[in-house]
Amino acid sequence: MNRLNQLFDTKKEPILSIYFTAGYPELNATLDIAEALEKAGADFLEIGFPYSDPVADGPVIQESSQRALNNGMTLNVLFDQLKDLRKRVSIPVLLMGYVNPVLQYGVERFCAAAAEAGVDGVIVPDLPMYEYEELYRDCFGKHGLSNVFLVTPQTAEARIRKIDELTNGFIYLLSSSATTGKNLDVSVTTESYFSRIRDMELKNPAMIGFGISDHRSFQKAAQYTRGAIVGSAFVKILGASDYLANIPAFIRSIKEG
Amino acid sequence: MSYHVNEKGYYGDFGGAYIPEMLYPNVEELRSKYLEIIREPGFTAEFEALLRDYVGRPSPLFLAGRLSEKYGAAIYLKREDLNHTGAHKINNTIGQILVAERLGKKRIIAETGAGQHGVATATVCALKGLECVVYMGEVDIERQAPNVARMKMMGATVIPATSGSKTLKDATNEAMRDWINNPENTHYIIGSVVGPHPYPDMVARFQSVISEETRWQLKEKTGSESPDYVLACVGGGSNAAGMFYHFLDDPKAKLVAVEAAGKGVHSGESAATTALGKEGVLHGSRSILMQTEDGQVVEPYSISAGLDYPGIGPQHAHLFKVKRAEYVSATDDDAMRAGLLLARLEGIIPAIESAHALAHLDRMTFTGNETVVVCLSGRGDKDLATYMKFFGL
Ligand SMILES: Cc1ncc(COP(=O)(O)O)c(C=O)c1O
Repeated sequence: MNRLNQLFDTKKEPILSIYFTAGYPELNATLDIAEALEKAGADFLEIGFPYSDPVADGPVIQESSQRALNNGMTLNVLFDQLKDLRKRVSIPVLLMGYVNPVLQYGVERFCAAAAEAGVDGVIVPDLPMYEYEELYRDCFGKHGLSNVFLVTPQTAEARIRKIDELTNGFIYLLSSSATTGKNLDVSVTTESYFSRIRDMELKNPAMIGFGISDHRSFQKAAQYTRGAIVGSAFVKILGASDYLANIPAFIRSIKEG
Repeated sequence: MSYHVNEKGYYGDFGGAYIPEMLYPNVEELRSKYLEIIREPGFTAEFEALLRDYVGRPSPLFLAGRLSEKYGAAIYLKREDLNHTGAHKINNTIGQILVAERLGKKRIIAETGAGQHGVATATVCALKGLECVVYMGEVDIERQAPNVARMKMMGATVIPATSGSKTLKDATNEAMRDWINNPENTHYIIGSVVGPHPYPDMVARFQSVISEETRWQLKEKTGSESPDYVLACVGGGSNAAGMFYHFLDDPKAKLVAVEAAGKGVHSGESAATTALGKEGVLHGSRSILMQTEDGQVVEPYSISAGLDYPGIGPQHAHLFKVKRAEYVSATDDDAMRAGLLLARLEGIIPAIESAHALAHLDRMTFTGNETVVVCLSGRGDKDLATYMKFFGL
């Protein structure tokens, strides 16, 4: 049972998770941002490790990834920064990124470094279930890391059941099939999709992500699931020069409107 | 040893479908149906009729007399340059548009480098009355202007890819993002033997007509369907995959794949993937790609837009690893000179991509009795401005 499982077991209110790209806007801002987010009231964090070709991402996260790479961010640098993670941050932390940097770093080495840093889980959107099961699952398990898969409105029910079986953190529900940064558009069809998932009574809790940008969309998500993940909307505010100072107001605006 | 894909979508260590969940339903639909679709008698009949009456197949196998004399071997050119739209790319787009139609898709997207695949896609979309959106790197839009005009004339929308090196890799990223955002009505016609399973296998099957014809044409002309050497250039690897397909199990045929070395393999401006790359995942499959220690994809370079790609298809990675084919490279200069040579000796202006395969002839030694087939994957009309500028013509 890691911090993430504990959070879902104990928290009654809607859960807010924030994504940001490590190394953006400045190489060494990772822990400053993480700490500010915890103080401001974020419930858990997804720290993105950048990749040159992020096909699942829209312009905002693409740009932050490119800037982070230009600033010199690599997995080596990130794990070095994360040595102090648990001195400064107590909420659950997941790492999120694409599979190729993990492969080059070495899967076993990656899991060991993540566990050592006090990371609770990993989200790798382009790691297929089959390969995860065959090659990665034991390694994740051994190091106590939760693995999170995405689900879209087009994901078939049998596949959602399989994902639920392979997951031990939460299920990442996409509001629609989209790259990151599109605004959530809650139509009758998305509502019926959210209810369909809720009625499946999965063993894992669910969170809604992609397109959550304000209080209204956060509340909507929390009606159907345990909460929501904000990515692009947060990464956008990191573009300002006094970005650390803006974090509390941003979190308040999502949680309270 | 099998050189083809297994039931899990792998060629040895390479292949698979490394895609985010948003792409899964579309890719899975294709995976579960493509073999059934392309084996239907109705499909085969329509595919063959279009290749014959619309594309102009079979493409000739031409004994290049003066080139043969220069190198001291019987050199045959497989004339994919004579296909409608001027390259091998149309073999694949005809196949895929028929698949898309049978899947009930109304909207087609594609990526393109040299613009040949974009043109071939715009062409089949016009033929079938389907909406067509082509992603093309900003740099390539500039260096392949005639092809941009052709796509527009046939009704396609050309969207510039402005990220990264603004070439083929980035156009592919944009096409994948489009597919993620349009999960229901759209088919993505990938232009090479890259991408998640089943694309590499499906595209290779459609391109395999190249070697199927070559074998009977060789038999007619030389009495044997087995050549000593088969050469093709490799960007993602589709003309090479089609040119090699029916020779993979022919022990006599030595297969040679020519990558683009740009300004020199180790110049830092190159696209010689097997020489510079390592195993990893790009655009949905495990293969060999040019990357940093940290797994970031390295921007490739080649004077030829169609070869300016940092990876190769998974089947090529496998053929390279098990040494069934030899992977070599030719520089910009070598290729440009080979292109000019073919123009002067045979009256054929090749695409700069194809000229890379021709350039390798210079590095080979022959005893005089060899039969060599070179895939002339496309014609050079689109490259005239580049040739003019390079040679100051
Ligand atoms: C004439 C020609 N040859 C070769 C290529 C390279 O592609 P592939 O390696 O898939 O054959 C291209 C790509 O645009 C092309 O236009």
